[in-house]
Amino acid sequence: MSRAELVGLLISVISFGTLLYLAALGELIAEKSGVLNLGVEGTMAMGGVTGFLIGVQSGSAWFALLIAALVGAVFASIHGIVSVVMGADQVVSGLALTILGLGLSAFLGKDYVSSAPGAKFNAINLGPLSDLGVVGETLFSMNGVSWLAIALGIATWFMLSRTRMGLSLRAVGESAATADAAGTPVVLTRMIAVAIGGAMAGMSGGYLTLVLAPGWNEGTTAGRGWIAVALVIFGAWKPGRVLFGALLFGGLIALEPRLQTLGLDVSPILMSMVPYLLTIAVLIVLSIRSRNRPSVAPAAIGLAFRREER
Amino acid sequence: MNAVTPRSSAKRIMRSKLVMILAALSLVAAACGGSDETETKAAFVMVAPVGDAGWNFMHDLGRQGAEEATGAETAFVEAIPEGGTEFDNSVQQFIDDGFNVIFATSFGYMDATEKFAADNPDVDFVHISGFKKNDTNFSNAFGRMYQPRYIAGMAAGAETESGIIGYVAAFPIPEVIRGINAFTLGVQATNPDAVVEVVWTSTWFDPGVEGNAAQALLDKGADVLTMHQDSTATGQAATDAGATFLGYHSDMSEQVGNYLTAPVWNWTDYYTSVIESVQNDSFTPEAYWGSMADGVVDIEIPDSSPVAGDMKAIKDAIINGDFDVFDGALFAQDGTQITDNDGKLLVDLADPFGNPIGAVGDEMNDGILLGMGFFVQGVVGSVEG
Repeated sequence: MSRAELVGLLISVISFGTLLYLAALGELIAEKSGVLNLGVEGTMAMGGVTGFLIGVQSGSAWFALLIAALVGAVFASIHGIVSVVMGADQVVSGLALTILGLGLSAFLGKDYVSSAPGAKFNAINLGPLSDLGVVGETLFSMNGVSWLAIALGIATWFMLSRTRMGLSLRAVGESAATADAAGTPVVLTRMIAVAIGGAMAGMSGGYLTLVLAPGWNEGTTAGRGWIAVALVIFGAWKPGRVLFGALLFGGLIALEPRLQTLGLDVSPILMSMVPYLLTIAVLIVLSIRSRNRPSVAPAAIGLAFRREER
Repeated sequence: MNAVTPRSSAKRIMRSKLVMILAALSLVAAACGGSDETETKAAFVMVAPVGDAGWNFMHDLGRQGAEEATGAETAFVEAIPEGGTEFDNSVQQFIDDGFNVIFATSFGYMDATEKFAADNPDVDFVHISGFKKNDTNFSNAFGRMYQPRYIAGMAAGAETESGIIGYVAAFPIPEVIRGINAFTLGVQATNPDAVVEVVWTSTWFDPGVEGNAAQALLDKGADVLTMHQDSTATGQAATDAGATFLGYHSDMSEQVGNYLTAPVWNWTDYYTSVIESVQNDSFTPEAYWGSMADGVVDIEIPDSSPVAGDMKAIKDAIINGDFDVFDGALFAQDGTQITDNDGKLLVDLADPFGNPIGAVGDEMNDGILLGMGFFVQGVVGSVEG
């Protein structure tokens, strides 16, 4: 493997890792508040199509990413209203959101299919740091979104484990009735968590169509939203472990073609199964461990909260 | 070609239902308008939205062209999954609405189309990219895309400085393998030392994966890229890296900066001839494998290419029948000679699924081309996928 190939691989790992991490981190926040959102794939598609359209129209990648995040937040809020406010089944509502998002994004983006991308992110120049060999060259090539994803990961960890707001959010996700009794606004907390999660999924979609693809067509998300949902489980609802998982799963995607250019005969079909196999393995490990320990999953996940049912 | 593996998914089914309903409504509206029962009406069933600058887009251009040329009424439904009831429903709807000829434009529609042809002797059917037909009302049709692929290879060979040309490819099936081989033979005609490095993506359409595969080839040192995929992601990656891109399906100069040329589809003439045969009651089932002489496949010669003259000469020779891509001696990837100078097989050949397609002494023929399961010398990569 040449130096160029090594740097190329690392950049690709970080790119796919960024894509998966943004969406998975958003899902983690929603699930921590007790709301399972299976609408990530559809929300990514909505963020993807708006990010691309705004990129073409405005020429500003950051502005496009911001709008993608806003669209993601608004779109995921549909799931919030249906499942949190109205108390409908979270699984059904989330799946409906995915189907709606994939269809609506295809409709909205029809005229922009295969348009040339209109906006790009530039690598952040780290000055002398970029001279530090392969690592420096890789970090030097990272664009701002990857740095933003890392910052969001740290902020999420800090918020969840070190702030009163995070404590409230976790309390709502563990036992909504208890949190309610303690005076925490359950519905508002969950709505905010779902909206923030949607914003990150939308951003992830925008990153896909502005950076990774780059371009828009129906089906561009290609199941990455589902990998993000699996990642939250794989990472045991911990921002740090989810980051590790995102880099691992992203690494598998990045490695697929490179195994071939290295002349290693590993079926790409097998490679694309690995993330799901790993997730199943982690599920098994988690379920075995939870026999004698409390589960790592938020206890109230999937449960609608109605005050009169306490 | 678009679809050998089923690409059905929840969203596709939902979308196609919506399209179906809209199509059904518009057909009802058309029927109420009091159409002439004897008028020829042609229907097209597409596997993905037509606005994709790829496979389906070119079929829709063919539909529009044929409509203009024949005056026949045409209609289409898009995003109809392979192997689902949506296909059956939409075809039945077309039949009920009096359509006389139905074009099914994706590989996976083959068996369902065969069944419809048997059940509806008064309607003619054409299936694209498959291999089934009957004796009364069911044809299949495809194009010799390997011919323009060879010419694209000539341009690529002249363009590369690193001697590595990257080829992002979907699945290791004969159609794709044949295209890679033809392209590589073209590369060698202008640059005997250059190699064509293949990366399989296991998907017809996934811009993220396609772009990643393209990037892996660029990192390996490729300075010219081409693809057998449905998105332009390979072209975007090539442009970003300052490499040259040769497309597929359609002219991609609008979408891709560093675009050179592309082997393209042009279905207008074939669709026109089929619809005309239906109009004058002379439809005869056939297995049509159209060539560059027919125009169903084509390539624009880029004036900027240093070998534009040679490309033009080869294009003329192919059209005149003086030359074809797999004429003469062929060598397999490992150097084994496959055919002698007269095009006679020196080894037994099997398709990628292990079925025999030719024995020692056989002449190179369409059956061997249609089942091609080996790479020629100069290709780097594995046919195993």
